[in-house]
Amino acid sequence: MTDILQLLIYGLVLGSVLTMGAIGVSMIFGILRFAHFAHGDFMTLGAYLGLSFISAFGLSSWWALPAAMVGMAVIAVFIDQVLYRRIRRTQPVILLIASFGMALILRSLVQLIWGSDNQTYTSGIQFPWQLDWLGGMRLKPDHLWIMLISLGLVAGVHLFLTRTRLGKAMRAMSDNMDLALISGIPAERVIMVTWVIGGALAGAAGVFLGIDTRLHPVMGWTTLLPVFAAAILGGIGRPYGAIAGGMIIGVSMEMSTLLIPAAYKPAVAFAIMVGMLILRPQGIFKGTV
Amino acid sequence: MSSLLEAKGLYGGYGGADILQGTNLRVEADEIVVIVGPNGAGKSTAMKAVFGLLRIREGEVRYRNETITNAKPEQMVRRGIAYVPQEKNVFPSLTVRENLEMGAYLMKGDLSQRLDKVYTLFPKLAERRRQQAGLMSGGERQMVAMGRALMIDPQLLMLDEPTAGLSPLLIDETFERIQEINAQGIGVLMVEQNAKQALAIANRGYVLATGSNRHEDTGPNLLANPEVAEMFLGG
Repeated sequence: MTDILQLLIYGLVLGSVLTMGAIGVSMIFGILRFAHFAHGDFMTLGAYLGLSFISAFGLSSWWALPAAMVGMAVIAVFIDQVLYRRIRRTQPVILLIASFGMALILRSLVQLIWGSDNQTYTSGIQFPWQLDWLGGMRLKPDHLWIMLISLGLVAGVHLFLTRTRLGKAMRAMSDNMDLALISGIPAERVIMVTWVIGGALAGAAGVFLGIDTRLHPVMGWTTLLPVFAAAILGGIGRPYGAIAGGMIIGVSMEMSTLLIPAAYKPAVAFAIMVGMLILRPQGIFKGTV
Repeated sequence: MSSLLEAKGLYGGYGGADILQGTNLRVEADEIVVIVGPNGAGKSTAMKAVFGLLRIREGEVRYRNETITNAKPEQMVRRGIAYVPQEKNVFPSLTVRENLEMGAYLMKGDLSQRLDKVYTLFPKLAERRRQQAGLMSGGERQMVAMGRALMIDPQLLMLDEPTAGLSPLLIDETFERIQEINAQGIGVLMVEQNAKQALAIANRGYVLATGSNRHEDTGPNLLANPEVAEMFLGG
């Protein structure tokens, strides 16, 4: 029982990371109609930006989070303006391939700047709390923070999407692009905000991943598959689905270690994604495909 | 005094051959103008061209004596022209109220007066303001679509087949609403398949065939014209 609870915590932590990535992937798909393959490397770059920020100013590890979020919001908008915007009116597959190219560029840049060795935000070991009232289950403070901050960010995205004019316009564009244009909704502005949010959340995901484990140049790329699985499971183009999808994939991946070797975790995400595509391709929440 | 909308000699289409072959349209400030014609006559195409949704290769569109040929939809909305497409004319995952808000995206300031105006015209929308538009019936969705367009307080309302797929009862109601909207001083330009009923409430009508004007007359005169009747009114 304690094992299961322990794995549930790990699953929710992984789910938080995946959710941060999947919301962005889902939003970008909803607005721009292409699967953003560079999203994993956005996460990586965000994690390393955070690392440079805290080592430059000698700050504690959590300061990496705001630095990564702001940095990736700016970089995402920049990349959109110089690359994706120019090919916006072509076919989605061209955007998809371009984002794949961008993924390779970012990964190489990370290797070039920060090297290909593993790095960590802090060198010390964090002692977990022993929760005796939960059968001696252990909880690391960092894990608690990852879950709480994710919850806060999800709430923020929700409020943005339902309470602000721009957020509603984003949902409107994702619903019906033609009608949004007919209504006079400024598409380019909505697109820019989509990248700000998608980039910032990818940055957060990268830092969470770095705090949970360590930093290395393929950390985001290897997380991209479960992120896509989460977005598809929830119904691509539906940010709320991405939250549900992220948590389900995260928990399933960790729980699977009870039955199969941990090395197969990504396969679990892949299996869920394939199963979902066969049984209910529109996702839990009806997606926009 | 100049016309509210005047389109002269429009040529254009979806990139291939021209669908519009010198179409002319005119709407005066307080008029209901109906475009009728057989399938493939270019009725909807003419509306889209006027609203800047497809390229006009030749010809001119003037709105209140200002050239707006090939202007962007956003600029049309800013000038007070609203357009309701025939299909997919609501945001399905948004609530009724959010749909209406999106109609007024470019409008500054408080929306409550605009909302009240739409709710007065369509009381049902006030009741259902929190419901997702995608879950509503065809008739209710059409109300949402018109309500969204009315949120900018337009001077010209363009409707592409507002009664398509509706039951006879709802068709009557829709035409009544259109007359009410027009009575508020809003010019209406609409494409309609229910030609008889539409022409009956219209000030003027155009009969389009293969992208050019075949007939232009008052509603009653067109209804009485045997050639028009034979062409598509079903005798």
